Amino acid sequence: MGLVVDDSRSVRKVARRILESLDFETAEAMDGIEALAFCKAAMPDAILLDWAMPNMDGLEFLRLLRKEPGGDVPVVVFCAAENDPAKIAEALNAGANEYIMKPFDGDIVASKFSMAGLL
Amino acid sequence: MTPASLEFLSELVRVRSGVILQSEKSYFAESRLAPLARRDGHESVEALLDSLRRHWDEKLAAATVDAMAIADTAFFRDREVFEHIGKVILPALAPARPDGVVRVWCAGCSTGQEAYSMAMLGVQVEERVPNLKLDIIGTDLSQRGLEKAHSGIYTQFEVQRGLPIRLLLQHFEKTGDMWRASERLRQAVRWRQLNLLEDRRSVRAFDILLCRNVVRYFDPATADRVLEQMAGALAPDGVLVLGAGETTGAPSLARDESGPSTFRKSSAQGQVAA
Repeated sequence: MGLVVDDSRSVRKVARRILESLDFETAEAMDGIEALAFCKAAMPDAILLDWAMPNMDGLEFLRLLRKEPGGDVPVVVFCAAENDPAKIAEALNAGANEYIMKPFDGDIVASKFSMAGLL
Repeated sequence: MTPASLEFLSELVRVRSGVILQSEKSYFAESRLAPLARRDGHESVEALLDSLRRHWDEKLAAATVDAMAIADTAFFRDREVFEHIGKVILPALAPARPDGVVRVWCAGCSTGQEAYSMAMLGVQVEERVPNLKLDIIGTDLSQRGLEKAHSGIYTQFEVQRGLPIRLLLQHFEKTGDMWRASERLRQAVRWRQLNLLEDRRSVRAFDILLCRNVVRYFDPATADRVLEQMAGALAPDGVLVLGAGETTGAPSLARDESGPSTFRKSSAQGQVAA
């Protein structure tokens, strides 16, 4: 099961199509709060996570997720416009497994998922 | 593009680089040559080829072949190959090299991603295997490819194909919208222009020779001749790694089943098995 977390509906749509093409049953959340509620109910195997979102951003969600019971299980791949090396390092330190800088395409997602051991 | 022009171009590319153009790919030739035609002041690709046919211009011919170079590459392409080199080949070679230097040749290195991948692998392995040092040389026919390789500058798209994010942060610096290989990485590789079709005698023996996704574009006889010549550049216990799915009938090379697309000198097979 893959979870796409992004406040943009069009990005979620594109990402969902890519994840489905990689054989992931896919769910969507539009911010960190929705994503955390989803994870508490059912931990996904993979999370494609945006950074800048209203209500709760990706980094805060990730820190909370990793404290949840079983929250160390999902492979978290950031997929964000942020491309500053120091910020990316911060995301990795918070427990992200891989990082995609937007814009992205199916090849990049497949490549990163494979590096993160998902494929 | 007229059939005559396409035939002229195919022959030029084949003789110069060994690459066999697929005739159905004239749109590919058009898109590759259009910028060159514009730069050189021709109205169209057709006009460029026409001019070349009538008044031979060596520089323009070389630029045409260069523009047709295949540049499909990525960092750590076929990850299992690099895992095998890092975990099996390098630890086995290092003790057999008194000076600790393992010589690596990336033949057909295009824009440099593979050679830099080897350099990054070298940094990783050097931490585990003391006194190991990779001496890496990347060669290609394409001058444009080599210029980019030498600069070490890649787009955000390119650094996301095959390169894990931690290695990106460790070995690259962000400069504007681009990412540049670190000084250490750039110092680790030397670049040379080389045509694999030309006869030469190797003065150096290489321990690891990567020639991946190169000979697949040659006709089989040319591919075997090129690889036979490469076998002569291999150290007795050296390995040649081809691209996924590539194989060879070169008499001096034998498949080493312990590694992906890996070959050794056929005379060395007994020694290796023993």
